Amino acid sequence: MGINAAPTAGGEGFLTTTVNSVANWGRKNSLWPMPFGTACCAIEMMGALASRFDLSRFGAEVARFSPRQADLMIVSGTITYKMASVCRKIYEQMPEPKWVIAMGSCTCGGGPFDSYAVVQGIDEFLPVDVYIGGCPPRPEALIDAVIKIQKKIDIEGAPIV
Amino acid sequence: MSNFSLEQLNGRLESYIKSSSEFRGETTYFVAPAKIVEILKILKEEFGFTYLVDLTAVDFLGIKTPRFEIVYYLHRFGEEYDENIRVRIKAQITEENAAIDSVTSIWIGADWLEREVFDMFGIVFKGHPDLRRILMPEDYDEYPLRKDFDVRNREPSKKSFQKALREGGY
Repeated sequence: MGINAAPTAGGEGFLTTTVNSVANWGRKNSLWPMPFGTACCAIEMMGALASRFDLSRFGAEVARFSPRQADLMIVSGTITYKMASVCRKIYEQMPEPKWVIAMGSCTCGGGPFDSYAVVQGIDEFLPVDVYIGGCPPRPEALIDAVIKIQKKIDIEGAPIV
Repeated sequence: MSNFSLEQLNGRLESYIKSSSEFRGETTYFVAPAKIVEILKILKEEFGFTYLVDLTAVDFLGIKTPRFEIVYYLHRFGEEYDENIRVRIKAQITEENAAIDSVTSIWIGADWLEREVFDMFGIVFKGHPDLRRILMPEDYDEYPLRKDFDVRNREPSKKSFQKALREGGY
């Protein structure tokens, strides 16, 4: 854990660390997802959030439909060009630091929809941190992606703004 | 209206029907596009076809002329199960004059159906109260379900998307 990044034992009851380590330790264990669900992947995302798979075990159960209270965008479902500008706008409304999960084949590369209306991968307009393949991916895959995001926060961290 | 029969219908619409066909118990009438509102009004008011099930279009580019067919599916709710009757009305229109009268004066529900046909085929419905694109972005400049449009051509969509980004989205 980040809190142990450079700990110095100073006797009983306290330890020293860096502000970044503590902040990132808090961030990674309380990710607030912004569910951007547009298709069947969103059902799997709901499954991951609900009691059976229970994403709250990883501290990421508080799905907020307000981007201003979220720091993890889970784009789950086919994104059309008409929706893309909305998706981008919602991403921009999220406060820094923020991360993006591309959930499912459609968001990763258009999936089966090689058509005039569908974006062939949301990395065309969003900086994606973790891609999940599958059509749709199982809730375990989403949990795995959240853990990968946590590791990323741990390793790379985020600047104190 | 309970003693309804297709023969009766055929008799009443004789002067309007150009040709008709029967397939697996489904009746299709080809009619003149100029008379479409008149015909559908008769079907609704005199024969009880109160429900417009669907309104769509077909592009026959390279298969036959005239290029477009507008298709109206009408349903008649009978008192008994076997009195429920469906008919299909088709009106052929040319590419040069891709327009037909709107039937929103008969069924207000035709509003969005006609908008979709306009959006996908570029067929103009004269007298429609609000003929705008319904699915594609408003500044989109192609008609995606026309057979001469490449369904993999994403450039028009990208153009609309870039414009939406510049102007701050929808």
